[in-house]
Amino acid sequence: MPRENFDREISAVSNDLLILGGMVDKAIESSMIALKNMDNQLAKDIIFQDDFIDRKQIDIEERCNNLIATQQPMASDLRTLISIIHIGVELERMGDYAEGIAKIAIQMGKEGPLKPLIDIPAMADISRDMLSKSLDSLVNRDLIAARNVLKQDDEVDQLYQRVFQELLGMMNADADVIKRATYLLWVAHDLERVADRATNVSERVIYLITGKLEN
Amino acid sequence: MNESILNVKNLNVWYRDFQALKDVNIDILSNKVTALIGPSGCGKSTMLRCINRMNDLIPDAKVHGEINFNGENINSNQLDPIDIRSKIGMVFQKPNPFPKSIFDNVAFGLRINGFKGSIEDEVEKSLKKAALWEDVKDRLKDGALELSGGQQQRLCIARTLAVNPQVMLMDEPASALDPIATLAIEELIRDLCSEVSIVIVTHNMQQAARISHRTAFFMVDQDRCGYMVEEGETNQIFTDPQDERTESYITGRFS
Ligand SMILES: Nc1ncnc2c1ncn2[C@@H]1O[C@H](COP(=O)(O)OP(=O)(O)O)[C@@H](O)[C@H]1O
Ligand SMILES: [Mg+2]
Repeated sequence: MPRENFDREISAVSNDLLILGGMVDKAIESSMIALKNMDNQLAKDIIFQDDFIDRKQIDIEERCNNLIATQQPMASDLRTLISIIHIGVELERMGDYAEGIAKIAIQMGKEGPLKPLIDIPAMADISRDMLSKSLDSLVNRDLIAARNVLKQDDEVDQLYQRVFQELLGMMNADADVIKRATYLLWVAHDLERVADRATNVSERVIYLITGKLEN
Repeated sequence: MNESILNVKNLNVWYRDFQALKDVNIDILSNKVTALIGPSGCGKSTMLRCINRMNDLIPDAKVHGEINFNGENINSNQLDPIDIRSKIGMVFQKPNPFPKSIFDNVAFGLRINGFKGSIEDEVEKSLKKAALWEDVKDRLKDGALELSGGQQQRLCIARTLAVNPQVMLMDEPASALDPIATLAIEELIRDLCSEVSIVIVTHNMQQAARISHRTAFFMVDQDRCGYMVEEGETNQIFTDPQDERTESYITGRFS
């Protein structure tokens, strides 16, 4: 029965997508630690690990492409494979943002962050929560949970606005801090993008469940 | 825009006591390709034969319901089945050219319909529409049976087109052909729908997905009686069918 092999491969590749999600989550978590503790070694490790994230994403995409080419998936099978491809790309990009933050941590050097990190770790926490909930909603085919993730994005946007205004104020007051403030602005921006990508994941889950693309 | 050329209402078909189709309701849209899909025995061919009164030729068949075409019910005894078949042509699974020349195959329908104009011009026009002209223009007097399978099928399509039908019914027209010839027929079907509304039966779902605008899915009940489960835009049927039975069938998880 060829469909059994097909089902097995779809679930194997779905499983790998979750593993990819776990790798990305870990990278974001580590990037926050590297930033806070000025841990250069950890930051380098994140950059090194990003290659594995990239390779995993390519592997997932190739396997989906092969299934589409050889199995002619239809209906929910087709939507599943297309969604897996898209979500894989979103996750890989989130990994790039974590890598970006790790690079900033290295550039900051021994000076460390300009100010105590409060809103930025909060942004990271919400983004990681969005990521994990969007992947849960994928596993459980849970439309309500997927839609709830979209709402969380507003919280991250608000935090980003606050961080942005605060850093802008500091730069206006003292031109000497511009460089260090800009580092933190980049970090905040990267996290804001992570949350956007998590939103995209949820939108793909919604498509998978309903067959409709929402935004 | 989406004008219908055929309106099928409560179509029921029996072969003696056996009911082969039950309560089929469907609008076939003008200048679109409509694919009928479903497991074998679900009544797809039966349905096609109803549309051009071919079931008249099966003594045991009984057809109830309406098939409205140009404001008239095809099932009505008032209408001449021969006339219906010139307006609603049929192409079969196995190419069935007459054992005559290529030219005569296409000219045949024109002659019996008492066509008055230039038969040569009409034959050329039909062969062009069927994408066969370039292959055969230098050997129109050759026997049709010397053509390849794919060419024979295109000849049968040209023969059907020659009498200017409004609807063309095709029952698995590519299933006896190799992949290249199949592709040629598929392209042709998509091109032809600007002139003629097409209803095609195919057991190849990918083919239905490739060539049709609309798809109707048929199934059988526990008494092996066929019925239509759902009908809609082909894109929708193959990405997001509304009925679970359609989903199971097209994903290959049909129990
Ligand atoms: N001439 C006939 N006499 C009796 N039964 C028939 C005849 N033609 C078809 N049937 C029966 O009607 C049902 C539908 O057949 P058909 O329309 O050929 O299905 P499909 O084209 O979907 O495979 C089948 O059960 C078939 O056995
Ligand atoms: Mg049949």
